[in-house]
Amino acid sequence: MSRQRNEFWLYFTLASAAGLAGLLLIPVVLLLILESLPLLAPAALWESLTSAAWHPRAGEFGLLAMMVASLLISALALALAAPLGILYAVWLNLYLPRRWTNRLRPLQELLAGIPSVVYGLWGLVVLVPMINSYAPPGASLLAAVLVLALMILPFSALVTDAALQAPIRHRMSAAQALAVSRWGTFRRVLWPEARATIIGGIVLQFGRALGETLAVVMVAGNVVQFPGSLFDPVRTLTANIALEMSYATGTHHTALFLSGLVLMLITLILMFQINRRGVAI
Amino acid sequence: MPLKRKPQAYGINYLSGNQLPLARAPPHTPRGKAGTQLAVCVTKLNWRTLFINYLQQLPMKLVRTLLPAVLTCAIAACRPAPTNELVITGSSTVAPLVAELAAAFESQHPGWRIDVQSGGSSRGIRDVRQGLADAGMISRALATDEQDLITHTLAIDGIALIVHADNPLKSLSDDEIRRIYSGDEQTWSALGGHNRPITVINKAEGRATLKVFLAHIELDNRVVEADLIAGENQQVVETVARDPAAIGYVSIGTAKYEMDNGASIKLLLLAGYEATVANVQAGDYPLSRPLNLVTRNEPNEDLAAFMKFWRTPEATEIIQRHYFVPATE
Amino acid sequence: MTIDRRDYGGFVLCSVAGITVIVPLVWMILALAQSGLPGLEWEFLVAAPSQSGRAGGIGPMIVSTALILGVCLAAIIPVGLGTSLYLSQYVSSTSPQASWLGYSLDVLAGTPSIVFALFGYQFFAITLGLGFSILAGGLTLACMTLPLMVRTSEQALRAVPLELHQAGEALALSRPGMIWHVLLPAAMPGIVAGTILSIGRALAETAVLLFTAGYVMRLPGSLLDSGRALSVHIFDMAMNVPGGMPVASRTALVLLTLVILINIGVRRMLLHHKRIYYEQTN
Repeated sequence: MSRQRNEFWLYFTLASAAGLAGLLLIPVVLLLILESLPLLAPAALWESLTSAAWHPRAGEFGLLAMMVASLLISALALALAAPLGILYAVWLNLYLPRRWTNRLRPLQELLAGIPSVVYGLWGLVVLVPMINSYAPPGASLLAAVLVLALMILPFSALVTDAALQAPIRHRMSAAQALAVSRWGTFRRVLWPEARATIIGGIVLQFGRALGETLAVVMVAGNVVQFPGSLFDPVRTLTANIALEMSYATGTHHTALFLSGLVLMLITLILMFQINRRGVAI
Repeated sequence: MPLKRKPQAYGINYLSGNQLPLARAPPHTPRGKAGTQLAVCVTKLNWRTLFINYLQQLPMKLVRTLLPAVLTCAIAACRPAPTNELVITGSSTVAPLVAELAAAFESQHPGWRIDVQSGGSSRGIRDVRQGLADAGMISRALATDEQDLITHTLAIDGIALIVHADNPLKSLSDDEIRRIYSGDEQTWSALGGHNRPITVINKAEGRATLKVFLAHIELDNRVVEADLIAGENQQVVETVARDPAAIGYVSIGTAKYEMDNGASIKLLLLAGYEATVANVQAGDYPLSRPLNLVTRNEPNEDLAAFMKFWRTPEATEIIQRHYFVPATE
Repeated sequence: MTIDRRDYGGFVLCSVAGITVIVPLVWMILALAQSGLPGLEWEFLVAAPSQSGRAGGIGPMIVSTALILGVCLAAIIPVGLGTSLYLSQYVSSTSPQASWLGYSLDVLAGTPSIVFALFGYQFFAITLGLGFSILAGGLTLACMTLPLMVRTSEQALRAVPLELHQAGEALALSRPGMIWHVLLPAAMPGIVAGTILSIGRALAETAVLLFTAGYVMRLPGSLLDSGRALSVHIFDMAMNVPGGMPVASRTALVLLTLVILINIGVRRMLLHHKRIYYEQTN
């Protein structure tokens, strides 16, 4: 075969693969839109998005309470896990002796591969009773936040750790030569350089927290209401889909797909913001 | 011609280091017997490079050798379905029982294939109507708008109210239950228990257990004020076993099994009768529901054979092991 | 380890953070081990389940998981490699194709898994008529893990040192030749690492497989059969089957061991890679 033909076929194959990958998003979004079409009429849509009453049997499909719960849980879990993850990575890299660091790193990667069911089970069996002894019922916003934070922690630590490697390699010796303290090295030398990557990676975890289903179903209480306090049970959009998908028909089915579409939209906007700021992930 | 990295006896692989392959013959030629020559060659070889080269070529080699095998397997894997096949979907309460019955049936009749999928009673009805399943499992009786389907009762199950083992209460009247679940009764003390707020556990929408329970205490789900909504039976049991102030309802089979395994729960009496299998069988216990299989038309041959299996002693023993009452008809 | 006096505050803060991170996670693993280790034996790994899974083993589940992973990998390796090669060879990083690919793959990577469960159920199981099958489950997982594969392969390909590209140019290799003989072998450990990361992500998925691959506990006879994956089995044993918690913990331990083995494999591979291609032997 001639060289040009080889090269053409190569280009063709690779471009088709890339085309397939690039077009993958479209069926997903399209399917969500198609399945939630009946509820996309302006009046019904507004009703769904602003009402907090979720009573499928009576025809009320208000998503507001669940949207608030989803966003609140994810934001709080992120607020808890991000600083801890960053500080943990700093501790690993700057304060711990090298031997211990090398032994602890595999732990993070291992924990990143645990199914969410396991976290949920631990929450159900250990965390919820603990919270229950302070404030019944135990399965609450707080439990969901803690379990989610636990799930995000390994990833935040991994991301920060990876992001810190390059600045450490380049600048650590200079900082040590200048007798900068360890905390000072982090704050003044490493953080400015790694900040963009770290923040980008951590914001990705928000998306992951938003999408967490099984663990939340087990510990959040699943009552559709606005949380009045940290100890009130709540239901997230994802938990709602998981609980009711198998049992839904007609408009109920459509409402569940609508909540999936809402989740998708939040992700779309989030990713757009990240990409726009040019953060390397 | 493909570029092959041949192991170099006296140099290092050209991609990994900065030593070029030697342009002339190696200076040392082994002399002596074959054995000595071999031994000398072996010691002079760069084993590390050889090994690394081998590892590098390994993925390609694996692909080349395994690809035909994988393709054959893939083609063989898409073979046509076996002769006797049944698909049964539906209630997650009935699914473990039917799965075990199916396994026992399959072991007696080789070549049969009974697929049991969970997903809820509503799914069972939907799949049967759409023709996606041969039979649907539901853990209740058919509703008025579902009378186009035919019921075959497999077993009877009771629904028990469970509380923590430390709860001093032994029974509750229907009225008290209604008050607890509608939020009118907030603490256990008014009912004779400790002074704690009641943790009310309800099940999620669409569950058959929910429907049967609410029908019994005559309450609408919109009025129920729950502190926790559980999706699965086990979640109710796990929560009640760890919360001294909780109350929930599950199938008697689930509750009894867990109690026997050491969970700290207790079944309450209803209308004066203990929540036992015997009482459900005698019809004394008020809260019970049939575990049914539904079909769109008269069951086909395969399904009829499977249903005949239910009446055998082996199947009865399996049903009783799940703490259900085998249906007699 | 000497700590500067100025660092006392930072040391305390970071150590507290470190302990707070490690303790619950180790606690979780220990609780799992305590519940699941007794009864974990070879028989458990190969036998078929009985009594709704309470007795017997998880043999068919391991096979189903392997099959689902196989389908997933068979889908993402060609498409993922192809896309990353396209991105690294044919388009510059600022072109519209690259930014669209980057954006859409990022969105897919960040999409909640329950949305994929809905999509997989509706599209693969119903619209394409695959029903509850290993094929449907594997293809949905492929959609989920493709972004990860593309990203890691692209990084691996871009990290191939310039000397190799120059050597290829010097030898007048055609582009297919360069890719096949130079780039792919050089980037192979990174690509394999990316594949293994995708496997790790796929192994931990439960909701998606619940809706697409089904519950059936039997050894699957073909790719169109339904099969229960390990993560689904953990969920079912813990939540649906009374008395199933010990089995759930045991299965979770098996899953964890798999993840450990995979991680060890990745580390070895990356170490080799560094040693071969980046060591400066002076």
